[in-house]
Amino acid sequence: MPELPLLLEILLKIGMVVSPLLLAVAYATYAERKVIGYIQVRIGPNRVGPRGWLQPIADAVKLLTKEIILPRQANRYLFLLAPVLALVPALAVWAVIPFSDGWVIADINAALLYVLALSSLGVYGIILAGWASNSKYALLGAMRSAAQMVSYEIAMGFALVGVLMAAGSLHLGQIVSAQQGGIWHWYWLPLLPLFVVYFIAGVAETNRAPFDVPEGESEIVAGFHVEYSGMAFALFFLAEYANMILIAALTALLFLGGWLSPFEGLLPEAAFALPVIGWLLGPGIHWLLLKTAFFLFVFFWLRATFPRYRYDQLMRLGWKVLIPVTLVWIVVIGLAIGFNLGPWFS
Amino acid sequence: MLEQYLPILIFLGVALVVGVLPLVLGGVLGPQRPDAAKSAPYECGFEAFEDARMRFDVRFYLVAIVFIVFDLEIAFLFPWAVALGDLGWFGLASMGVFLAVLVVGFIYEWRRGALEWA
Repeated sequence: MPELPLLLEILLKIGMVVSPLLLAVAYATYAERKVIGYIQVRIGPNRVGPRGWLQPIADAVKLLTKEIILPRQANRYLFLLAPVLALVPALAVWAVIPFSDGWVIADINAALLYVLALSSLGVYGIILAGWASNSKYALLGAMRSAAQMVSYEIAMGFALVGVLMAAGSLHLGQIVSAQQGGIWHWYWLPLLPLFVVYFIAGVAETNRAPFDVPEGESEIVAGFHVEYSGMAFALFFLAEYANMILIAALTALLFLGGWLSPFEGLLPEAAFALPVIGWLLGPGIHWLLLKTAFFLFVFFWLRATFPRYRYDQLMRLGWKVLIPVTLVWIVVIGLAIGFNLGPWFS
Repeated sequence: MLEQYLPILIFLGVALVVGVLPLVLGGVLGPQRPDAAKSAPYECGFEAFEDARMRFDVRFYLVAIVFIVFDLEIAFLFPWAVALGDLGWFGLASMGVFLAVLVVGFIYEWRRGALEWA
């Protein structure tokens, strides 16, 4: 049995990850509404607090004081279990995400395997919600969602295999340090097709537009969570946004060098020795946050720009485009490693 | 070795609390006034007819089966990719054979129309 101080330390670290994460989720909803608003030449939420800053808090309070409706024909316990089952893996994945060199709660070797395992558990929450609701729209949404998520998980898994081949490690910290040496050494360049596939599959895995057919407001009204209200609905919302931030952070870690600085190798050594500017230019958590914020912005941008895919188009993209692309690129990487090609695989 | 996984276990516990607490709070703070119309399953304002657990398209089942094959393939590729540096050309060639067999299966599925939705 580990002693008490160790447990307290772990709990403190978890708090330092979970509370900013929940805050980030709340303000991601605000940022999304603002970004989409400005893209559509509106100003977005601006009533609650200065420039609408308090909007997410007002939303949370409202959802908290609303009735959680239990549909008559629903399986009550499964119905309430489903949102919890969606949220728990979305949060627990963050245990292995490093924020800077060594800044990680659980420094395990099989980090990427853990990420893949937990993020594929999210589909249980959704399919259980659709089943337990005992409503036609919910069941249709859950079926669509499950088929979509498993299809894109394959493309995502193959993209990860490419990263593993290049880095030779499942440890997220080692994957980042394998990309050291400046912006041209980050994996976005040698693994460009996998980078694109990974992000597209990530958007599809989180059921975000343009892959939001499981929700499809105009066809199946809200899909798997049509019967949910109040806090039970809020939990699905939380899980979706936590997963979105996770995909953005993982894309930054795996393909854009995580916390490494883009100026590495470009500026003279003296620039990094300057007091404050040197720290800003050097590697650190701020670069990871910046890259994550960029990918989050792309999520919002996609939603504001593209119409929803039709279901057969969506399945065709997953199976007939993304999977063949990743398979070909895995062979290319294999040959590149065999021939010790370039600065990346030598 | 295993103690590295202790934080993950605790994290799962914290996540469970973060998941259950809002539900409890919502149940306490929100009203509970069910009525017949409110707790009926949503169906565009109609009374719901027949059971919601209806028959669904067999293609969903097909996708699930194909998924298992490919997911297993990924599970094989993961350890291979990590150890690739030590395996060299022999490792590459053997995985090439394995992948080739699977690609033949993939082409077969494609031709048989298992991936069609229209």
